[in-house]
Amino acid sequence: MKTETATNQIIGKTESKNLVTVKNLKKYFPFSKGFFLNRKRGAVKAVDDVSFNIRRGETLGVVGESGCGKSTTGRAILHLERPTSGKVIIDGVDLTQLNPEELRQMRPQIQMIFQDSYASLNPRHSIGHIIAEPMMIHKNMQQDAMRSRVMELLELVGLNPNHYNRFPHEFSGGQRQRINIARALSLNPKFVVCDEPISALDVSIQAQVINLFQDLQKELNLTYLFIAHDLSMVQHISNRVAVMYLGKVMELTTRDNLFNTPLHPYTQALMSAIPIPDPVKERQRTRIFLNEDVPSPANPPQGCVFSTRCPIAEPICSQRAPEYKAIEPDHFVVCHKVDKKRGEI
Amino acid sequence: MRKILEVKDLVTRFYTFDGVVHALSGVSFDLYKGETLGIVGESGSGKSVTMMSLLHLLPSPPAKIENGQALYYGDADDKPDTNNKPDADNKPIDLLKLNKSGIRKIRGGKIGFIFQDALSALNPVMTIGRQIGETLIEHLGMSVQQAKTRTIEMLEYVGIPEPQRRFSSYPHQFSGGMRQRTMIALAIACNPKIIIADEPTTALDVTVQAQIIELVQRLKKEMNMSVIWITHDLGVVAGMADRVVVMYAGAPVEIAPVDELYYNPGHPYTIKLLGALPKIGEKESLRLESIDGTPPDLLSPPAHCQFAWRCSHVQEKCWKIVPEQKEISSGHYAACLFDFADKTPIPPLM
Ligand SMILES: Nc1ncnc2c1ncn2[C@@H]1O[C@H](COP(=O)(O)OP(=O)(O)OP(=O)(O)O)[C@@H](O)[C@H]1O
Ligand SMILES: Nc1ncnc2c1ncn2[C@@H]1O[C@H](COP(=O)(O)OP(=O)(O)OP(=O)(O)O)[C@@H](O)[C@H]1O
Ligand code: SF4
Ligand SMILES: [Mg+2]
Ligand SMILES: [Mg+2]
Repeated sequence: MKTETATNQIIGKTESKNLVTVKNLKKYFPFSKGFFLNRKRGAVKAVDDVSFNIRRGETLGVVGESGCGKSTTGRAILHLERPTSGKVIIDGVDLTQLNPEELRQMRPQIQMIFQDSYASLNPRHSIGHIIAEPMMIHKNMQQDAMRSRVMELLELVGLNPNHYNRFPHEFSGGQRQRINIARALSLNPKFVVCDEPISALDVSIQAQVINLFQDLQKELNLTYLFIAHDLSMVQHISNRVAVMYLGKVMELTTRDNLFNTPLHPYTQALMSAIPIPDPVKERQRTRIFLNEDVPSPANPPQGCVFSTRCPIAEPICSQRAPEYKAIEPDHFVVCHKVDKKRGEI
Repeated sequence: MRKILEVKDLVTRFYTFDGVVHALSGVSFDLYKGETLGIVGESGSGKSVTMMSLLHLLPSPPAKIENGQALYYGDADDKPDTNNKPDADNKPIDLLKLNKSGIRKIRGGKIGFIFQDALSALNPVMTIGRQIGETLIEHLGMSVQQAKTRTIEMLEYVGIPEPQRRFSSYPHQFSGGMRQRTMIALAIACNPKIIIADEPTTALDVTVQAQIIELVQRLKKEMNMSVIWITHDLGVVAGMADRVVVMYAGAPVEIAPVDELYYNPGHPYTIKLLGALPKIGEKESLRLESIDGTPPDLLSPPAHCQFAWRCSHVQEKCWKIVPEQKEISSGHYAACLFDFADKTPIPPLM
């Protein structure tokens, strides 16, 4: 059997506490510009040497500003785009070693949910059909069994099972996102990458969908990679959070640490900028302002990628790239100036 | 405090192929001199249509303003001797009654506006400098040279580095934050009395958003303007507004000073909305309070409280009457048949 090669790739025990291991992941998009003689070649370093684990049943949040590589990280992990280099191990299987057919067999276990709930639903198909589609591709199921599974899924995500034959335009944004979730869950995945799944929804609807994500996680023991730029929502749903900047992880820690003791100067600026829905707290805050010139990922700064905007940068910061440091268990920072022992700047 | 703008019972509808969209059904609010008024509400609640109605920016057809007044008192400022006298002495201008050239003088002159999408609001084939300069020439009758000098000053004022050089840049050469700064320079170029900003930071990253908010707050103070800031982000409003209007399905459901709104909300919708927000820094991840259901279809809004079927306090009479905006305490208005602010005072969040 083909999957033999896959199972051979098992690293350590199958029941390790990490479901997902990402090691030195890189995704570069090559480009060339200019004409003939002065033609320049280069690459957008969308994801540049990213490493982290995701534990079984946990939610790892990924935050960072637009273009920092969050979506590309999600897609590269699921091999929707082949990584340039690095390893992605999911439940003991190294995806980077799989051939397309093996990868296809892996698909049911790893799913993705996108931001734009409307664009990802085919308007000409009934929602019953849309939700059943992955089962048609991956499973050999009887019509009846498939139909009852779809109705079960509709119920699971809080939609009326009798709406089976309705079309996407008959649903609101929040309901369409529920349809997407039902489809992603149809094959009983272990791991779901949620890429800005609530960004297009209104506050009152966001709460419904976030609660649904949390309920399903408990019920089905799901593991999430949750990407968003709404920091307060990420903080709400995540156990741990990775902060990305220009294709790199700058800080990786628990949600409490992130809020109470962010160590990386970029994280500190980011946290100081999130608006808090509490007027008194807002009045008491001091914000850390960064200059707005975000470097291009095609030409990232030398040394620390944050050095050009960092309020506390020193000469070394633009000369040598800082390394991943464990300040304490579960608190990783990539910064020259964060002291290893005291965790202070 | 003195009123600078008074919007009364504004009704705007769209006559479309699908039917009549009841976009605004009686919007009333005041704007005071020197204040920042936040307008929040979900998508489709009528925030943008309100502002576009005031500025005559809606396409007609399908849009039709069927009722209301928008009284602008700004000109009282220009006559210092009347400053302390009652407003009756200075006839306000009803913006809705102005003709084309009348509103053109106001728009970009007395009232500046900033949109979410600076890239499409700016002319892509005209340099930044020329766009601001032309506004100055049109509204303030400056010469080309005066306009150029003033434009460079404005660009510098809003924090654009190297304004001399940036003067001849095109919008696409700017980052999102810089484009929004340019929009702000354009909006304030003619010393407006009011700035209307419609989701000006929604497309920006939080760190840039924080700087744009800071900038507008500073300009507001220095230029003694009033600001209307439209957003769906209750965090942004908490940080910058003096008073807040909460819109739901085409009308304000609550208007209150900012602290009052967050710590003692009076309308069931506002109460639920605040509960639906994640509390940053909470010890463990509590469940968010969710509001079931969706807003009504504005093609056929119900002849009763628009929030009734999502409201957890709904009573029989809520299904019979459209509640009017009433003052539940000084300066605090809610459009609910009951008064929740008194009975269930909400402790400060977190
Ligand atoms: N297919 C592609 N070809 C070339 N460049 C790409 C491609 N996809 C992404 N990029 C670039 O890679 C970088 C990271 O993009 P990515 O979409 O991962 O960012 P993101 O963090 O998800 O941003 P956002 O918050 O805006 O969604 C960006 O500079 C982007 O322009
Ligand atoms: N040109 C139009 N034709 C028909 N209906 C319209 C038109 N413009 C707006 N509407 C409707 O008017 C209502 C109010 O829209 P408005 O744009 O004011 O909402 P909003 O509160 O600004 O929402 P958002 O947060 O999404 O910007 C919506 O139901 C919308 O569909
Ligand atoms: S009027 Fe009734 S339904 Fe409407 S918000 Fe008040 S209690 Fe709820
Ligand atoms: Mg993305
Ligand atoms: Mg709008």
